[in-house]
Amino acid sequence: MKKILILSTALTSLAFAAKADITVMSWGGAYGEAQTEAFVKPFIAATGKATVMVDSDNPAPAIKAMVEAGNVTVDVASVEYADGIRLCDEGVLEPIDPASLPAAPDGTAAIDDFLPGAVTECAVSTDIWANVYGYDTTKFTGDVPTTAADFFDLAKFPGKRGLHKSAKAVLEFALIGDGVPVGEVYNVLSTPEGVDRAFAKLDSIKADVVWWEAGSQAPQLLADGEVVMTTAYNGRLFAAAMNEGKPFQIVWDGQVYENEMFVVPKGAPNKEDAMAFIAFATSTEGLRASAQQISYGPARKSSMAEEIIYKDGTTVMAPHLPTAPENLTNALLSSSDFWVDHDAELNERFQAWLAQ
Amino acid sequence: MAEATQELLTTADGRPLKEALATAQSRAKRRAFLLVLPLLLFIVLTFLVPIGYTLKRSFEHDGFAASAPALASWFRANPDFDPANPPEEAYAALVEDLARMQVEKTTGLAGARINYSVPGTISLFKKGSREAKTLPPPFKDSLIALDPDWAKPALWRGMASASHVYTTEFYYVASDMKLNDDGWERGEDKERIYLYLFFKTFIVSGIITVLCLLLAFPVSHLLATLPMAKSSILMIFVLLPFWTSLLVRTTSWIALLQEQGVVNDLLVGIGLISEDGRMTMMYNMTGTIVAMTHVLLPFMILPLYSVMKVIPPSYARAARSLGATSWTTFRRVYLPQTLPGIAAGSLLVFILAVGYYITPALVGGADGALISNMIAANMKNSNWSLAAAVAAMLLAAILVLYWLYDRLIGIDRLKLG
Repeated sequence: MKKILILSTALTSLAFAAKADITVMSWGGAYGEAQTEAFVKPFIAATGKATVMVDSDNPAPAIKAMVEAGNVTVDVASVEYADGIRLCDEGVLEPIDPASLPAAPDGTAAIDDFLPGAVTECAVSTDIWANVYGYDTTKFTGDVPTTAADFFDLAKFPGKRGLHKSAKAVLEFALIGDGVPVGEVYNVLSTPEGVDRAFAKLDSIKADVVWWEAGSQAPQLLADGEVVMTTAYNGRLFAAAMNEGKPFQIVWDGQVYENEMFVVPKGAPNKEDAMAFIAFATSTEGLRASAQQISYGPARKSSMAEEIIYKDGTTVMAPHLPTAPENLTNALLSSSDFWVDHDAELNERFQAWLAQ
Repeated sequence: MAEATQELLTTADGRPLKEALATAQSRAKRRAFLLVLPLLLFIVLTFLVPIGYTLKRSFEHDGFAASAPALASWFRANPDFDPANPPEEAYAALVEDLARMQVEKTTGLAGARINYSVPGTISLFKKGSREAKTLPPPFKDSLIALDPDWAKPALWRGMASASHVYTTEFYYVASDMKLNDDGWERGEDKERIYLYLFFKTFIVSGIITVLCLLLAFPVSHLLATLPMAKSSILMIFVLLPFWTSLLVRTTSWIALLQEQGVVNDLLVGIGLISEDGRMTMMYNMTGTIVAMTHVLLPFMILPLYSVMKVIPPSYARAARSLGATSWTTFRRVYLPQTLPGIAAGSLLVFILAVGYYITPALVGGADGALISNMIAANMKNSNWSLAAAVAAMLLAAILVLYWLYDRLIGIDRLKLG
């Protein structure tokens, strides 16, 4: 009996080990689904390699913990741009050779096809997303919010606000809402007075803020009527509006946008397959497929050569992407340099401010 | 008579009895030890080793010491240097190390280590090590020309401290100290967070313990005194939530208590409050206390129940028959006998509450966060040493409380069931 038990345990663990050739860790929710449809399923169809998707609130600390513990179970992870830089500096990630990425259909080398900064030493961009804010159209009659300043204007637009419980993107948004031009935001935020100014702006709405942590919470707060407007990842609001018919409107003003990156943790069990998966996913077609699933912009010029249509077959994606020129009139590219330096310091200050 | 006592007692095969007994006993002891050995190994491997590793981690960080050997040895040779004006040799050693970091790709590790106490250092190091190879001597002037931050006394203090693998720096940070140009000083009020959260965590845990006790006492009494058939049904009501996933219970409280939730809808529906007067019971301290009290309640009910179950009802009857009022009976006869249960339940609930993470993270909102959330935040920021230092301080505080408890109440009076 005991032997059978040991044998069956060994067999099942073998079976599990053999089951997944590649394990991809991403953010779950609408985003995770989009990546499953755009990258994972076509990759399985094309190569026959078993690929599984696992969810995380934030894959960056998870893979760092795995590498430190010497027990890496993830082959590919989706991390924020600054994390892709920081983890690479800390030696947690495998370098990715840009030459291994497929060229555009017209023969342009990948490195020239990607937008500037979208390929780094250890990471390749899968999409460009933005921290936008959106509101519930049924809550406002007459005037509707149109600018970042309106988000902080409780007199003109009363009601609770949803905000991400994190210093990153929130402090920038507060400064833009306070009238700082987007080009000046990081200069201002680099000074102690600038940080005070951002917190002072947040103070003006603090009593009316509901804080969210996981990306899926933001559209949920808006749908429940807990808040009348909330910051959110733009794709989450888009997905709720398109797929569930929610009356959400995105305001493209003062948003902070950045690349989302695929990385391979050092010691990944299937490193070569992982690199092949990344090359497949970030090809011209792969990035196009992703933008057909969720409204995050592709980081390759060639992916936008033809019009991208949403998976419902009718909606043209261009106006919904953070990379659309009309959405970029007053937008801020998140600075990885700034956040790699100040993440810890400003988050401590942020927590202290929250607790006051 | 004297002869008889001097003669040794022996077993049937002639061995002295004392010796035979000792052999038999040591064999039994060995066997007993072998039985507990798996548990001992398990505890050592899954409990003591990780805690020991965490404690070590809170004192140890070689991110800078290992990647800047030249500067580290200069610091060792010149322990009394002036951070406000380090000499040229120090800068030369620094430039040598920066160039090495660029080759060995350790700039990020070294920069991150200094960045823990001197924010802004990672990009400073990156820029420095990119240029290090081409910098002309004198290095002091050329490095400061590259970025004036290289002359900051705080940076030099930070580097000197980080050149040792073992440090107490993380404990300074965890006590709200900041490294300034003049050394470690009390941080500004707007930046202080850790000690405040420690204090708050203990207060909140105390409130939750008292609430649990008040709620659990009557329930346990009912459970212990009702006839078997009825008390089993009641017991299921206690145990069913206990067996339900923590996340399910926490999110149920969100559904109940949020502003557009069931309780507010009900109160608005029956006209007790107006539509604008909906109460904020979630995403704040109220939400944290309500949800945590509910989650931890079974840990109070079960020890109380097991103690109350064995209190003979005849004691109370005897007290009543001797003329005591029901209050006196409760106070002088019943309550003292439940004390071991109260002590066990309170200790259990308090210690669990102090380290609770997921419930405050989900329902805490702005002001409902506890110290465990700060530990998690530091793990996320990949500052494991600081997280370890905060955790070690939490552990130390709990051990002190445990010691106090032992002195005041006595740990042998605990009764868990």
